[in-house]
Amino acid sequence: MASLKVHITFPEEKIQEPIIYNAGKRYNIVTNVRRADVNEKTGWVDLELTGESSEIEAAAEWMKQQGVTVDPIERNIIE
Amino acid sequence: MSKIKGLVCKECHKSYPAEAIHVCEYCFGPLEVAYNYDFIQTQISREKIKQGPSSLWRYQDLLPIEGEPTVGLNAGFTPMIHAKNLGAALGLDYLYLKNDTVNCLTLSFKDRVVAVALTRAKELGFDTAACASTGNLANSVSAHAAEAGLRCFVFIPSDLEAGKILGNLVYNPNVIAVDGNYDDVNRLCSEVAGEYPWAFVNINIRPYYSEGSKTLAYETAEFLDWHSPDHAVVPIASGSLLTKIYKGFHEFEKLGIIGAVKTRIHGAQAKGCSPVATAFKNGTDFIKPVKPATIAKSLAIGNPADGYYGIKVARESGGLIDDVTDPEIVNGMKLLAEKEGVFAETAGGVTVAVLKKLAEKGVFKRGESVVAYITGNGLKTQEAISPSLGKPWHIKPSLMSFQDALKALKQ
Repeated sequence: MASLKVHITFPEEKIQEPIIYNAGKRYNIVTNVRRADVNEKTGWVDLELTGESSEIEAAAEWMKQQGVTVDPIERNIIE
Repeated sequence: MSKIKGLVCKECHKSYPAEAIHVCEYCFGPLEVAYNYDFIQTQISREKIKQGPSSLWRYQDLLPIEGEPTVGLNAGFTPMIHAKNLGAALGLDYLYLKNDTVNCLTLSFKDRVVAVALTRAKELGFDTAACASTGNLANSVSAHAAEAGLRCFVFIPSDLEAGKILGNLVYNPNVIAVDGNYDDVNRLCSEVAGEYPWAFVNINIRPYYSEGSKTLAYETAEFLDWHSPDHAVVPIASGSLLTKIYKGFHEFEKLGIIGAVKTRIHGAQAKGCSPVATAFKNGTDFIKPVKPATIAKSLAIGNPADGYYGIKVARESGGLIDDVTDPEIVNGMKLLAEKEGVFAETAGGVTVAVLKKLAEKGVFKRGESVVAYITGNGLKTQEAISPSLGKPWHIKPSLMSFQDALKALKQ
């Protein structure tokens, strides 16, 4: 089993969509929210994804395709 | 007793040992170094600092290493310039430039953070240094790893211009060109850092690395005869530099090295990558990620890790965060060079252009001291400014040809 810590940012038009729930239904992963700040306009969630590496990668890619930003927990590290 | 207590989560304040870790296992918040200030108080003094080496290591009592420094022994202690010409142009009597364009070894402020990071990495037993970088950080890690005798890995996107990586290859690191975009390289490095026992300076060593930036504040206060300035103008990439300069002044205050700190910390971003300035102006602390599109590549971080903390510092200190266009950045670089003889990279142009903007808005009162942080050398970003510079006058090797050119010049 692998795990990945990610920082997800929701734009306003995606705030109402249950993207994290759907990722857990669609892929064989456990989603575990550790910290979040969400309001009616925008939001971010620090999340742990646990499962097989291939499932985690597929889930992260699928969430990106849904229109949210998925970064490593460190966010941008290229300096 | 040790000066380092350990690491502490910036969000939930959970404590951790001073190891190569950077994320809180409970809330995923960032970790930072916690110090035993009561102990440091018994060690540090102005006299001791003044007798220290002419490098950032004169502030060793406030840096997160346990033994003696071993890497980057000449980093920091760069010139502070009383910029009278630029100050006159902007209506400022006491404008100072902290000139890290001449930092050692690689001409940018990154030499400060890397000196601290790799000294700590050696203490922690690492034999390999690594980073993900397209510019100044890669230069500095490659050079300091060579000096320290560490193996070095630098990760870059494979389509990065050849010239940008030349400055690294000379130090003979392992340059890993990743087929993918910035996001792919970013994600890969985060995974590699979790898999390999390497000192990734801006990932698992980040709590120590970022502390090196505090020395910019210490040097500023020492130069200003043990006072903090009224204003500081600081470029924002990840946002870490701004927060650490603030922390540096306040540590000196806490330890009685300087008096009460009233420095207003202002942030500077390029409009083509201004997630922090945008959030600040909108009155929120929510950083909306952006795709960078600016000539100021060294500040082009679209989802900055410390953006939230940078906004907090600007607000708490009464500062502002503003942004400037690419043409304003180029004009800022030219203004700095023409008035003070300092050739800064694009980030310096951002700082000077925001400084000018704030001066025009009347943010600085006459007689107040203002320090602008110039963080990298212009030789590194020549392509950004070359199209807007004049051309040489070509003449024949004769006096007549020269005199003709002189006449044309006068016209």
